Amino acid sequence: MSLRFSIAALLLLPLLTHGTVRQHQEMRDIFYGEILYHAYQNDYFEAISHLDIELGQYYALDEPGLDSLHWHRGQAEFSVGDLELYYRMHQRAGRAIETVLANNVSETERNEAAFRLARLYYRKQDYVNALHAVELIKGEVPKKIRSDVVFLRAQIYVSVGKFSDAIKLLKALKGDNAYSGYIEYNLAMAYLQTSQNELAIDMLDQLGRLNTDDEAVLALKDKGNLKLANYYVDAGEAEKAGKYFSRIRLDGPFSNRALLGAGWVEVAQDRYDRALVPWSLLHEREQTNISVQEAMMAVPFAYSKLNVHGKAAIMYGKAMDVFASEIDSLDASIKSIREGKFLTALVSKEAEQDKNWVVNLRELPDSPETRYIMELLAAHDFQESLKNYKDLADLRQHLTAWLDSLTVFEDIIELRRQYYEPLLPQVETRFKKLDSRIRLRIEQRDRLNERIQSLLVLRRPVYLATANERAAIDRLAKIKIDLEANPNQATEEILYRMNRLSGVLDWRVKSEFDKRLTRAYKNLQDLDGVIDDLNKQYRAFVRTRQAATQSYEGYTIPIQQLRTRLRDTGVNLKRIMARQGRVLEQMAFNELDKRRKRLEEYQIKARFALAESYDRATKAQEDKALEQSATATATPAADGVKP
Amino acid sequence: MQSHVQKLFRQCLYIVLAVIFSYAANADEVSRDQIKGLDEQVQDIKKDVLNLNSELARLEEKLLFPSNTQVSLFISMNNGDDFRLDSVQLKLDEKVVAQHLYSFRELEALQSGGVQRLYLGNIKTGEHDLVVSYIGKAPAGGEYKRSGTYRINKDVGPKFVEIKIAGPETTEQDIKFRDW
Repeated sequence: MSLRFSIAALLLLPLLTHGTVRQHQEMRDIFYGEILYHAYQNDYFEAISHLDIELGQYYALDEPGLDSLHWHRGQAEFSVGDLELYYRMHQRAGRAIETVLANNVSETERNEAAFRLARLYYRKQDYVNALHAVELIKGEVPKKIRSDVVFLRAQIYVSVGKFSDAIKLLKALKGDNAYSGYIEYNLAMAYLQTSQNELAIDMLDQLGRLNTDDEAVLALKDKGNLKLANYYVDAGEAEKAGKYFSRIRLDGPFSNRALLGAGWVEVAQDRYDRALVPWSLLHEREQTNISVQEAMMAVPFAYSKLNVHGKAAIMYGKAMDVFASEIDSLDASIKSIREGKFLTALVSKEAEQDKNWVVNLRELPDSPETRYIMELLAAHDFQESLKNYKDLADLRQHLTAWLDSLTVFEDIIELRRQYYEPLLPQVETRFKKLDSRIRLRIEQRDRLNERIQSLLVLRRPVYLATANERAAIDRLAKIKIDLEANPNQATEEILYRMNRLSGVLDWRVKSEFDKRLTRAYKNLQDLDGVIDDLNKQYRAFVRTRQAATQSYEGYTIPIQQLRTRLRDTGVNLKRIMARQGRVLEQMAFNELDKRRKRLEEYQIKARFALAESYDRATKAQEDKALEQSATATATPAADGVKP
Repeated sequence: MQSHVQKLFRQCLYIVLAVIFSYAANADEVSRDQIKGLDEQVQDIKKDVLNLNSELARLEEKLLFPSNTQVSLFISMNNGDDFRLDSVQLKLDEKVVAQHLYSFRELEALQSGGVQRLYLGNIKTGEHDLVVSYIGKAPAGGEYKRSGTYRINKDVGPKFVEIKIAGPETTEQDIKFRDW
């Protein structure tokens, strides 16, 4: 891994912890809340899927401004990019952010979108486009991302080799607690790149003395000290190097390398007995670690230098046993990978539920020894490939579940068809009868309404006469016709009574006209209420009938099409998953093979060293025996001269 | 002379074998281009599956929960409420329709402002009685149980009801209902 890449990977750390789906102020759309619920649980697939549906529906509306998502539209547009980024869909995330940039948005929103786009390209290690995106940030930047923007800009400058510009930005950012430690480390790296070694040393020294509780910064602090110590080792200043090795925590991720280095520093000063102190400590640690394995060779080496050849020989022997056993373990791991068990273990349920799953993978039956690939597992490429593989495994589950669901849907549809199809013709017949009656009544009501409206324009009191009055009027008219035909019967009294009755009726009808019209209008209103209820019932019935039909009609073709698409996607997914799996297996295999070769080299060295120590121990024993015999031979002579 | 030719031949053979072995070793290396190419294919397939998932979700909703009978009951909490909600039970017309035990992740999502759709079902138009009960642990340590009732008035369109749950240390009402 190149230095530049390692810096880039490290610079990413604070952003990963800071980046999140935008927080909302007040929930004004319940469905957006549901999307956040999935997103906050890192269930990005569901979150994106829901958000796609919501945004699709929103844009399909004639007046989207009336939809409640309108209040969260800006957040939602940003969230699409964020969620897709978290789901490692960089291409789509980039497009989503570019859409925000293309819209007519405020300067702060535009700058935030440009920042996200730059960060996206940076994470993809597309530094040229990252630089282009970050250069789009101009004017007012939202306060919450001001430091992030400066830091990202510095990261990008480092990545494109603009170290001096990066130094300026990082110096300006110094003192920002959010990036404490990261600034010092990256400044030191930038100084080293511009050959300003003194400044780099000073910066690493500052980092090495940083007072913090943050575990990530503590690890960075250790890394800074280690870098500084190694710098002095390379410069041949062992004493100075020792000071920085001693600053590294004994329980941190760099402790093994520090202990090993501390020992070599003592060796460089010919203090083999003091080298044994850190090395003996390291010797007792996890045997799969590279530094520990080196210590297994280093400890007997120190003993041999101290002329304790017997102990050195025993320890070389022990180291050889350990190496042999570890080589067997590696062979078993390689075999396990070749048999496909590594991939099975990676996507197992246990792996999903266990936070420490990487280490505990080895506990699973037939799984490879994962401690040998811990460094590989932490590497960016492997992590991305592994996440992709796991995502593909999840997608495969989704596809299988949906295929099963489609079968169930078809069963439901068939059951509904069997139930409704015999019922609907009868319902339809009755409905038609009722429908014609309802229409008749509505027509009657409309006629009444027309008549009342015409009465308002043209007074016709007789239209509002009661049935009795109308009968009386009709009878009087008939009598009048009869009298005209038989004038001899028309006595004065009869004519008087007729005129009187006619007058009374006319008076009553005309004088009560207004009252009657009002009553008729009120009655019409009451009738309208009844007709409204009738219409509601009618519409509810129509809807129910429609829903019944729609519950089994029109699904066959869409379901068939979806099934075909699901199957095609499934085949494609299987192919890509197999390729992704092979890449993972190959990476793991290469790493294990590398470790195996290293152990074989150690084994050969240990064998020679063992032989040498054994020879020296034997020679020392022989010399001692010779010395003793020489002393014994000399003693009688001495005794002889004794008085 | 012969031995010299043999030596030369052996050297050539070593060189050829070394080239073959180095080629074989390189062939097994995983290149960045290979990783990048695969990553793009994975992104494409994710896009396809997401599209399919959206379409299938719409189909499922249309088929199983048509809008004229659909009812959705959502659970939410006040932002930042540190009440440890353990479980929620929903009864609709005296029938238990949903029960849920909360994991730490789910609870955190609720406390951060997420809204959980706890029940999606079908009911007739008209009035329906909803009873919500929940159990949790108060920040002080004791068990905290509450329940509340609400009358759902189901109309022609789909019905969405939010049930906002509050812990003992907030000034809010224990359970707040809201029609959406």
